[in-house]
Amino acid sequence: MNAFLEIRNLCVTLKGGAPILRNVSLSVSAGQVHGLVGESGAGKSMIGKAVLGTLPRALAVTRGEIWLDGVDLQTLRPAERRRRIGASAALIPQDPLTALNPARRIGPQITRRLVDILGWSRADAEARALELLAEVQIPDPARVMRSYPHELSGGMRQRILIAAAFAAEPKLIIADEPTTALDVTVQKQILRLIADMQTRHGTALLFVTHDLGVVSKVCDTLSVLYAGKVVEEAQMRRFFMHPIHPYSAALLAATPSYKDPEGSLTPVPQSVIDQVEREVTDHDRRAGL
Amino acid sequence: MYQVRDLRLSFPDMTRKPLFGAAPRIEILRGLSFDVSKGAVLGIVGGSGSGKSTLGRTMLRLLEPTGGSITFNGRDITHLEEDALRPMRAQMQMIFQDPMSSLNPRRQVGGIIAGPLRVQGHDGIPAKVTEALDMVGLPRSFANRYPHELSGGQRQRVGIARAIALRPEFILADEIVSGLDVSSQAQVLNLLQELVRELGLTLAFISHDMSVIRRLCDQIIVLYQGEIVEQAQTADLFAAPQAEYTRTLLDAIPLPDPDQVWA
Amino acid sequence: MRDARGDVKRPIGLRLWLSGGWLILLVLAALLAPWIAPQDPLAQDLFTSRLPPFWEAGAEPGYWLGSDSLGRDVLSRIIHGARLALIVALVAGTLTCVIGTALGLIAGYYRGWPDRIISRFVDIWMAFPPVLFAILLIAVLGTGLTSIIIAIVVIDWTRFARVIRAEAMTQGAMDYVASAQVAGRKRMGTMLTEILPNVLPTIIALLTLEMGIAVIVEAILSFVNLSISTDSPTWGGMISEGRTSVHQAWWVLVFPLITLFLTVLSFSQLGEGLKDRFDPVLR
Ligand SMILES: Nc1ncnc2c1ncn2[C@@H]1O[C@H](COP(=O)(O)OP(=O)(O)OP(=O)(O)O)[C@@H](O)[C@H]1O
Ligand SMILES: Nc1ncnc2c1ncn2[C@@H]1O[C@H](COP(=O)(O)OP(=O)(O)OP(=O)(O)O)[C@@H](O)[C@H]1O
Ligand SMILES: [Mg+2]
Ligand SMILES: [Mg+2]
Repeated sequence: MNAFLEIRNLCVTLKGGAPILRNVSLSVSAGQVHGLVGESGAGKSMIGKAVLGTLPRALAVTRGEIWLDGVDLQTLRPAERRRRIGASAALIPQDPLTALNPARRIGPQITRRLVDILGWSRADAEARALELLAEVQIPDPARVMRSYPHELSGGMRQRILIAAAFAAEPKLIIADEPTTALDVTVQKQILRLIADMQTRHGTALLFVTHDLGVVSKVCDTLSVLYAGKVVEEAQMRRFFMHPIHPYSAALLAATPSYKDPEGSLTPVPQSVIDQVEREVTDHDRRAGL
Repeated sequence: MYQVRDLRLSFPDMTRKPLFGAAPRIEILRGLSFDVSKGAVLGIVGGSGSGKSTLGRTMLRLLEPTGGSITFNGRDITHLEEDALRPMRAQMQMIFQDPMSSLNPRRQVGGIIAGPLRVQGHDGIPAKVTEALDMVGLPRSFANRYPHELSGGQRQRVGIARAIALRPEFILADEIVSGLDVSSQAQVLNLLQELVRELGLTLAFISHDMSVIRRLCDQIIVLYQGEIVEQAQTADLFAAPQAEYTRTLLDAIPLPDPDQVWA
Repeated sequence: MRDARGDVKRPIGLRLWLSGGWLILLVLAALLAPWIAPQDPLAQDLFTSRLPPFWEAGAEPGYWLGSDSLGRDVLSRIIHGARLALIVALVAGTLTCVIGTALGLIAGYYRGWPDRIISRFVDIWMAFPPVLFAILLIAVLGTGLTSIIIAIVVIDWTRFARVIRAEAMTQGAMDYVASAQVAGRKRMGTMLTEILPNVLPTIIALLTLEMGIAVIVEAILSFVNLSISTDSPTWGGMISEGRTSVHQAWWVLVFPLITLFLTVLSFSQLGEGLKDRFDPVLR
């Protein structure tokens, strides 16, 4: 096996029965970017959480394997699993404000991982944090290190979490909509930074996003998710040239482009929704749910 | 509807506060002037940290300006006390940038949407709540979920539902579609357009997404480090961007096209 | 969009069972003390002095946990002592909680001058060493149930005020509070309907902890003989008496100690257990 992260037939259900993820399989190799797109509420964030073992209490993995660096995480004891995940993976969470502790200054929140888990000295960690904040284009990093989360703009908080995820140079980064609050120029620089880090460290990246424009710039492969089911898995170029599944095609068609202001805003048509819904129902019936 | 003149706002910089005496102040907004006319859609774009959300909060008087003036419906609200503002609150709403923190974690979605309606003394609240959920495309059963039981995009739509349920005259929408998939985006944007067209809603729309801005807005202001660097009609701005910064912004937009030159 | 909501049954955890069970037992014992106590807790009888607990040789039926040097039944004294301990825990705990929480919420949410006044006051207050403060207070107020309760409240409200202030400040910076303001809610209303539910878990945790602390403080004061008149049995009084005769009659010391320990532990675990069970955010 050569993929750094490989998910096979992952099923996550709500305790009480209803499925959230339906037989999801995907893999991300070192140095590669795998995109994850799909309807809001389809379960993209839950895939990341399942990998990191941080699913909400109401959800549980009921079936499937998650291989991280050649080890099936499901077979490990909880403590060992946490150690492995902590040492090699990092998350850029979707919700910056809740991910940061509102009562603490930014500085220690970035350096904590370096100091506590990787055993860096405080001074080294601080220098590294300053450097990273500058790399993610934050003006006046020294001030930001001493600020509280609510004193920063949405995009600055998001970049702080990006910096925090990069700090420990993990082998796998799960980025959950990491650039939603960034303007396009900063976004461009961040994406370049990510690419740069990948070539230097061979980081594997699972990239959740709604922005197909971004997908077309950074991803090598991608999966399209609907109601917790992968409806299409594709090479990036192929996806944009000939999307196979009608839902993928509809997503592409619904993507607004500033180049063409006249095109109407079309949600995915009902006929396509009906078709995927049918597929999902079929799947559930076969799986005996 | 809104007249903003030479608006200034500064925060005390607590991180540089000397042991004794006042902290030095950092200027966030440096003299902004613009108008929003009734029924118009104003797009506000600008770099991250350029002061867009702060401008929004100041327009709703969650923050008090340190200079300049804001007039809402002909009334100067620049330094109005909260008690005097309260009767006007029903007319101006804001949808916040961070969906999770703008929803009370220990309240169910139904209660969150009903809250402002109750404060403003509306009746027929349950019907209005379900209507608002329908409009933003959330199942009605979501009314008894807690915010942490929703996905990011679903939370964002709860915030939208809360604001539109009140049917205010003015909504300031801070980055409200960035967390939605393109299909839900289209749905929400169509909804807003409909409200603007049919109910005469006035909208200030903060966004990073130029394609969305182009679809929705009549007028655009471009902020850069707390100053307006460009102010134009939408068509003009896209046809011939004046400011250097606007051009950089337009050039950096990633199009859904793998062959775009974007380096 | 599909709707699937988890139906998570939240069992009453072991923690809640054990701590709740013990406290309910204690409350029942305290309420029914005159009827269930096997002996009169004050009756002295030299013929029954220093009887061992029931499983040791020389024990007498009716004196299940033995008797002290004056021949008073240990079990009956523990049961009657529970009355005082619980009254102190409930009344002192609740009063401390209400006063501290109210001041903490106001300071943390309103900020500005109310905060400056309250915080300064808390700082000055906390500069006094608490035990000395308590002894001083009792010396002034005289011994008795009311003075114990007043002493506990006066000393401990600052703990609530400080923690709740910090918590209210954190919550106050959240956008849902700004959102309530945009909706036109009054500040007082926002504090009570938006902030309070979110600091409630902290309040409950502190309250149950405080009840445990109140029991200990009462015991300590009895121990140094500053509590209620020595007539009515108190756990602290029993411990202090038992200490002198621990070599001849260990049970006089050990049983009240165990009871005290279990009670304090149960109070602190109750808080955690309630949170597990009822806080929606943990679902
Ligand atoms: N604790 C919970 N109880 C019930 N349902 C939940 C819970 N947590 C998540 N869900 C549901 O699980 C589904 C998947 O959520 P997830 O956060 O993975 O969506 P997502 O694909 O990341 O969407 P978005 O793009 O909007 O962030 C959603 O429909 C959500 O409502
Ligand atoms: N309470 C505060 N105290 C001090 N500085 C603040 C405070 N709130 C905001 N700022 C500063 O004001 C500046 C502008 O913030 P604002 O949130 O308005 O940016 P924005 O344009 O909305 O950016 P984004 O697109 O990233 O959300 C930032 O530099 C931020 O650090
Ligand atoms: Mg998500
Ligand atoms: Mg902002």
